[in-house]
Amino acid sequence: MSATQVVITGVGAVTPLGNGAGALHEGWLSGRTGFVDGQAPCTAYDPADFLSRKEARRADRFTQLALAAAAEAIEAAGLDDLQRGRIGCIIGTGIGGLSTIEGAHDLLRDKGAERVPPLSVPLMMSNAAPAAVAMAHDLRGPVFGVVSACAAGAHSLGVAARAIQAGEADVIVAGGAEAALTPLSLAAFDALEARSPTGTSRPFDARRDGFVMGEGAGVLVLESREHAERRGAPILAVFSGYAATSDAHHLTAPREDGGQAAEAMRLALASAGRTAADVSYVNAHGTSTPLNDAAETAAITTALGDFAARVPVSSAKSVIGHLLGAAGAVEAVATVLALRDRVAPPTVGWGQREPGLDLDYVPDSPRPLGDGQLVALSNSFGFGGHNAVLCLETV
Amino acid sequence: MSTTTDIDTFVITTLQSFGTEADVTADATLEELDIDSLDLAELAQLVEEEVGVTLESKDLKEIKTVGDVIATVKARQA
Repeated sequence: MSATQVVITGVGAVTPLGNGAGALHEGWLSGRTGFVDGQAPCTAYDPADFLSRKEARRADRFTQLALAAAAEAIEAAGLDDLQRGRIGCIIGTGIGGLSTIEGAHDLLRDKGAERVPPLSVPLMMSNAAPAAVAMAHDLRGPVFGVVSACAAGAHSLGVAARAIQAGEADVIVAGGAEAALTPLSLAAFDALEARSPTGTSRPFDARRDGFVMGEGAGVLVLESREHAERRGAPILAVFSGYAATSDAHHLTAPREDGGQAAEAMRLALASAGRTAADVSYVNAHGTSTPLNDAAETAAITTALGDFAARVPVSSAKSVIGHLLGAAGAVEAVATVLALRDRVAPPTVGWGQREPGLDLDYVPDSPRPLGDGQLVALSNSFGFGGHNAVLCLETV
Repeated sequence: MSTTTDIDTFVITTLQSFGTEADVTADATLEELDIDSLDLAELAQLVEEEVGVTLESKDLKEIKTVGDVIATVKARQA
C-alpha cells in the first residue's frame, strides 16, 4: 500500500510585499522588495481589514498575521462545508508573542506585578496562532504549534503532511507566523551579529553581511489527494516529500560542510520517491549571512551532486528578508505559486560571485522552468541546528 | 474616584474599550456583549487601580449584566 498523497488546495500570506499570496508571488517575480530602513515590516497590513476590534485586541501581532493568512488560504480551499473534526491546524513560530512579552514586562517593571495584564499569557504563548485560527474557523482536529526557530514554518508543514498520512485528519491548515520586529529582538540578533549592518539582504552574493529581519505569515491548506479530488477542490501543487535532520553541532552556526542539511534534502527527495536528477528548482533558505549561504551551497552541492550546477537556486529573502519562524511557510507558498507558473523567481540583487559559491542563483530576472513534471525543494534551517526540507511538485 | 456616576461611567467605558461591537449599557448582559472571564479579570485589575476596590473572579461569577458589575463594585466600596 502506498502512502496517502498530500496536496495543497489553498495558500495565504501576509508579507513585506503586501497582503495576500499573490502580492508575494507577483512582487517577487517583478523584483520588488519590501525593505524599509533595514527591516522588512508588513506595512500594508492593517488589523481593521481582517479582524474585529475584539479579535485584534486578543491577538499578538504574530497571531494576527496568521489569522489573515489562514483566512485567505481557507477561503481559497473552500473548506466551509467540511466536517470540522477532521480539520487540524499546525502553525509554527520562532518566538511567539514577543511584543506582548515586552509590553507586559514594561508594566511589571514600571507599575508592579498587579498591573501585568491577564491577556499576557494567552497572547504571548507560542501556540496562540494555531489556537486562534482554530477558534476563528471552528477547526476541531489536531491543533498545536511547532517551535524550531527559523525552521518552524517548514517543520509545521512536514508534521501536518505526516498527520494526514497517518489518518489523523483529512485537512490541516498549516504554516508559520512571526512578528519579532521589536526592540529586544532586534538588539538580541544584533548582539549575535546576525543582522546586516548595512541593512541589505543579498543572499549568496560575495558582499552579503547578514540578514534583514522581516515579519509575516504563510499558511497552506494541506489535504489528502483523495479527499481533495472527492470534493472537487482546486489542487495547486503536490506536497510529495519532507524530511528533518539536526546538525547536533552548535547553537547558532551551521555545520560548514552542510552535511546534515544535505542529508535532509536527500531524505526529502527519497520520501517523495525522487532523485537528484528530478530536481527542477531549489527554494533556498538563503539568509544572506556569510555562514548560512556558504554551508547551504555546500549542502545543495552534496545533495544534488553533478546535477547541482544546472538547478536554479533562489532565495525569497532577497525581497522579503528573513521572516524567522514564518520563513519556511511563506517560502513554501512562494514555491507553490512558482511551480504553478512554472518559473524560478530571482535572487534579487545578486551580482558578485564568491569563490566556492558557484551555483546558479537566478540573478536579475525570473527563469522559466520548462515543461513536464516539476520538482522543487524548499530548504529551511534554524538556530539550534534544525534542518527541514520540503519537496513540492506540479500537479 | 468616589461618586456613583463616576463608577458607572468607568465600568461602562472600560468594558466598551475591550472591543465589543455593541453599545455597552447598564442593562446589557455580558453574554450579549461577548464579555468573558478574561475581560472581567482585566476589568478587575483596572477597577482596583482606579477605584481602589479589590474584586476577585469569584465575586463576578454569578454576574449577568453590566449593572450587576457596577453594583458589585459599589457594594465592595461601601
